[in-house]
Amino acid sequence: MNNDLLFDFTVDKENKTVYIHREFAADLSLVWDAYTKPEILDLWWAPKPFLSKTKYMNFEEGGRRFFAMVSPEGVERWMVQTYSSIDPKNHFKTYNTFSDKDENLELPGSDWNYHFSEENGKTKVSITIYNESRERMEKQIEFGFKEGMTAILENLQELLASLSQK
Amino acid sequence: MRRDIFQAIADPTRRAIITLIAMQSMTPNAIADNFHTTRQAVSKHLKILTECQLVKQEQQGREIYYSLEIEKMKEMDNWLAQFRKIWETRFNQLDNVLSTLKK
Repeated sequence: MNNDLLFDFTVDKENKTVYIHREFAADLSLVWDAYTKPEILDLWWAPKPFLSKTKYMNFEEGGRRFFAMVSPEGVERWMVQTYSSIDPKNHFKTYNTFSDKDENLELPGSDWNYHFSEENGKTKVSITIYNESRERMEKQIEFGFKEGMTAILENLQELLASLSQK
Repeated sequence: MRRDIFQAIADPTRRAIITLIAMQSMTPNAIADNFHTTRQAVSKHLKILTECQLVKQEQQGREIYYSLEIEKMKEMDNWLAQFRKIWETRFNQLDNVLSTLKK
């Protein structure tokens, strides 16, 4: 699926940084909306069968997105993203931490830098994730691993069908 | 006893040991000099790392040297490939959302 679109993923363990580049076949403004509007974010951020549930989101400098990844069993893993800088339709930066359901942060967290650029009708998103601690990076990877494995087991046809009905 | 490779990196001291011996093979005493824990504690960590097959021992004269099993570290990379997979899934979902929004 979408094999013609660039997808780069590298992990620099030494520098505790993950680099992700991905192209999307859509206008920049649409891709920007997909990353910055909670109602769209919740449609794709969690790999199925996980669900993304945003409790509230203030997309402004100093604002927060408080959301949970919900497992099929209903287990919620809460996270807080704080928007530290925003340059509309170009760049934004967040500081992400795990948290409990009452928004108490579990430090340390990670710095996420998003860059958006458009070329030939495609939009490229570059994400750099820097972890303050290697332990945090491994925790993040381990958490992603669990979700990833579950997602692989999910029937892809089912996913496509449910999305096109929306 | 056969252990899971991920047990090896579950502990911060063992991660530090891995980083140390990645540079050069070292004797248990030389490794222990880098930590504030007891030599017994370090040798227990080395035992676990050996059981995980992440390190190997080599006898040189009277000393035993520990070094890193590079092949085994590649298993960790396969693990990271799963992390890549989650992003792939996430982005494929975004592709679908974007094409729905464009309609």
